[in-house]
Amino acid sequence: MTMLSERQQMSYIASQAADARLNVELETEGMTLNIGPQHPATHGTLRIIARLDGEQVVWAEPSAGYMHRGYEKLTEVRTFPQVTALINRIDWLGSFANEVPFILAAEQLMDIEAPPRAQHIRTILFELSRIANVSLFLGDLGVQMGAVTPVFMAFRDREYVLNLIEGATGGRFHPNFDRIGGLKDDLPKGWLDETRQVMKKLRNFCDEIEDLLFGNEIFQSRTRGIGVIPADVARQYGLSGANLRASGVDWDLRRDQSLPLAYDKVDFRVWTHPDGDSWARCWIRLQEVREATKIVDQLIETLPPGPVMTKVPRIIKVPEGEAWVSTENPLGEMGYYVVSKGDLGPFRVKIRSASFNNISITPWVLKGVYVPDIITILASLYFILGDIDR
Amino acid sequence: MMSIALEIPYWGQSLLRVLGGVGAVLLPAGTIVYLFLFKMMSFMQSRLGPMEAGPYGSMQLLAEVGKWLQKEDIIPENADAKIYKLAPVIVLVSTFLLVVVVPFGPDALFTDFSAGVFYALAIGSVSVIGILVAGWSSANKYSLLGGLRAAGQLIAYELPMVLAVVGVVIQAGSMNLQQIVVAQNSGSIFGWDGVGFPFVLTQFVGFLIFMIAVQAELTQVPFDMPIAESELVSGYMTEYSGFRFLIFFIGEFATAGVFAFIASVLFLGGWGIPFSWFGWESLEAVDGWMNIVGPVIMLTKMLVLTGIIMWVRFSYPRFREDQLQRFAWKVLIPLSLANIAVTAILKVAI
Repeated sequence: MTMLSERQQMSYIASQAADARLNVELETEGMTLNIGPQHPATHGTLRIIARLDGEQVVWAEPSAGYMHRGYEKLTEVRTFPQVTALINRIDWLGSFANEVPFILAAEQLMDIEAPPRAQHIRTILFELSRIANVSLFLGDLGVQMGAVTPVFMAFRDREYVLNLIEGATGGRFHPNFDRIGGLKDDLPKGWLDETRQVMKKLRNFCDEIEDLLFGNEIFQSRTRGIGVIPADVARQYGLSGANLRASGVDWDLRRDQSLPLAYDKVDFRVWTHPDGDSWARCWIRLQEVREATKIVDQLIETLPPGPVMTKVPRIIKVPEGEAWVSTENPLGEMGYYVVSKGDLGPFRVKIRSASFNNISITPWVLKGVYVPDIITILASLYFILGDIDR
Repeated sequence: MMSIALEIPYWGQSLLRVLGGVGAVLLPAGTIVYLFLFKMMSFMQSRLGPMEAGPYGSMQLLAEVGKWLQKEDIIPENADAKIYKLAPVIVLVSTFLLVVVVPFGPDALFTDFSAGVFYALAIGSVSVIGILVAGWSSANKYSLLGGLRAAGQLIAYELPMVLAVVGVVIQAGSMNLQQIVVAQNSGSIFGWDGVGFPFVLTQFVGFLIFMIAVQAELTQVPFDMPIAESELVSGYMTEYSGFRFLIFFIGEFATAGVFAFIASVLFLGGWGIPFSWFGWESLEAVDGWMNIVGPVIMLTKMLVLTGIIMWVRFSYPRFREDQLQRFAWKVLIPLSLANIAVTAILKVAI
């Protein structure tokens, strides 16, 4: 209880009091259900403590930290190029996207910029990691609600994207491809043609999932009107990414800020949904995969020639200063606040990961729902454990 | 016609019936698991399924059974040990009791029970007790939630199932399953007796309601809240391991097979082929070879029906508990009541 804010403590005490009154009247007692850290639905080691009245949640609280790896501290004893290997593992499904904001922050401190071709390829790989990440979400959504087939379709088509990432970077899960000042390598031969075909396959996959899952009445009845987050509450809790856009807030860092990435050269739509329920969050993500495939297609057509690496010293020393760069990652806003004292490595790195903020709304949104809805709401909020416990 | 039953001594008949009963429960269960759970599900999910054990993985089930038998039989410390051990047996026994009334041929039947339909529907809900007991005695919160969900769900779906069958009983004029088969195969559609008169034609609504209720009764997706592996880990089976889990597992698929048998008897003409094909007038006139062909026909129909059950299971998400109750009480029960009323009126009018 010591970890809770005052407001949460108040709500807990109120729920206990309500429980006690109920118990006197009906002689029932509540039940505390520990969902996690080992539970098939938490994809990792998130623990949700829920007080139940029957199957209704009276009070719920997420308990994070079972997979804390101390990345913020570890970065302080590593050099700048070494850090990317580490921060790959934060959101392990969209690894490349984790590297980009850190590298951009370091580049900002050194006052250099990657060549246009490197910026383009960065953006392509960024969107590919978004597809790899969110397509798994679309399949996983089915499993959370008992439909076993969609997840295999997701794994099948995600494989093509992982092959592309492997073809370009050499690593399927943890590319470690981004360098300060550019990229490690240029794209291999034939990669662009293959990418075009894979993007077609993924658009087919999106159609398939829309038919099989989103068009299903049971799926709709499980998600529509469940776990509604109004726009102002979403803002207060610091939600970002698709969770925020599903609440009707038109906010996308790809469009709203100018970073040395190629987003200003492509034409894409930022989808929002007015409802703010689980359905909206799922639907927004489905549309985002589609948009991502279109972005990749456009970037391939306009890929400029030239080098992929600018001139940087052999031993990178980042000058003294502080920089904050955040990007629109698959899970939401991910940012790095990098403080450098002019050494080989950063003095301090603060990592703002999307899932940690997204999951913080669970006590608010889980109040009063049924046990099965806990799972659908958590699934639709979409978090990666590595992204919660850095 | 010389009945086979007269040629075999009583002990021989009893032995045959016991063996037949065990076969009628375990053989379909094995077939369903291999054909649908291992293979059809895999093909739907663009993978091959088991391929190593035997040709096309056909021995996989034996390997799985062997694996389960070797596992430790864990009884949780706080569990009510006696009841905990008993629960899976109750579930499986109810399946064996259920198959007793199903006829597989003119003489290939276990008991000729005049109120067979009534008996089958009554015994079919005994498994709820096993599930409830399993959930309660495990001393696990997930098990408890699962067990209570199962109880609520099975009670809700028992009613539409019974009401759906009433239409068939009205049409056949009998509660004996054998008589229901005869009524379908010796019947005619407006004087044309080429395909007999399977009740699925007139009782299509009843058939749909029955199959939905069966799906819920079997706790298959979209009605698998009692197990709900993404919410309740494994529901009432969470604490079970090894042999006892195996019994639950067999029970699940065996019950699917037996309910499919009952559905094919009630709606699809059971073991029979239209009597007009061979000029049979009544049950006594049916040739003896139907005792061999009948079970094969039954198995085929059973596989078609379980195929549909499994197909739905592998492609649908699951309902929420309260949505399921609403569906049962607000949609299925009024619909089946209307079905009964229409059937009764037409039965009297025509």
